[in-house]
Amino acid sequence: MSTATAHAHPVHKDYQGAKFGMWLFLFTEILLFGGLFLLYSAYRARYPFDFHNGGQHLDTFIGIANTVILLTSSLTVAVAISAIRKGNKKLTLLCLGGTIAFALLFLVNKYIEWSGEIRRGIYPNGPALLKLPDGEKIFYGLYYSMTGLHGLHVLAGIIALSITLDFVRREKITSTDFNKLENVGLYWHLVDIIWIFLLPLLYLAA
Amino acid sequence: MEQAEEHGHIVPYRTFVKVWLLLLFLTAVLVFVSTTYHEALSVPALLTLTPLKAGLVFFYFMHLKYERPFLKTLVFMVLGVLTLFIGLTFLDLSYR
Repeated sequence: MSTATAHAHPVHKDYQGAKFGMWLFLFTEILLFGGLFLLYSAYRARYPFDFHNGGQHLDTFIGIANTVILLTSSLTVAVAISAIRKGNKKLTLLCLGGTIAFALLFLVNKYIEWSGEIRRGIYPNGPALLKLPDGEKIFYGLYYSMTGLHGLHVLAGIIALSITLDFVRREKITSTDFNKLENVGLYWHLVDIIWIFLLPLLYLAA
Repeated sequence: MEQAEEHGHIVPYRTFVKVWLLLLFLTAVLVFVSTTYHEALSVPALLTLTPLKAGLVFFYFMHLKYERPFLKTLVFMVLGVLTLFIGLTFLDLSYR
């Protein structure tokens, strides 16, 4: 680098390293949820009928609707990355805004779904839950833990996506420097993948 | 810096839309099969279609198809370790 182009505080960007770091974080996330999946399958093997009955009382429609919402939000964030690389700032902002809207809609559905369960008396120490057989208690415990932890990830995603949207608006993320957007995209896709597994485990396997 | 070279190629919008349509189709198949109440069919369908859907997201949406073999290998290793642990747990559970 010549002295004429050197900055007072040169910014070193390691694109491959930044992306690799994100993947390493995602590996820890896979193993975090993997532990819960393991717990689920072990208990399902022990209480197959109770898990079957528990799943039948969940709102399958909301589960499927939320799947479609998350898959679509994954599409919009993927398109946003291609768009910023092509220098299309407007489409990038539109797609990111769409992703955030879908994520919020997902949480609204989750709120409706959980409220329904709680009204039925299905919550820790809830009257209806205490009357259920042991296997179903475990099923609902795992249901709340897994969808709750996933919901927290959606919430974190909304915050990260909003900050990213602001970066694009202020041109801190551009067609040549888009790593932040790409990493947020990777995170968001993983949140989608986890839901892809939660749908059959909780809602469809009844 | 040679940005374009270092960052790999830009995936066309069309590819993403196709993958998204395929994911929606696979979800529809999954829901259909699991609501027809045929357990002999629905369990294998759940076990194959779900990883297939996740694979599509990994390979296309997460750009893994276009990444270096090093990263691909690592991803497969992590997923392999998880599968191995689930498998070993079931070996233990089924012989108790």
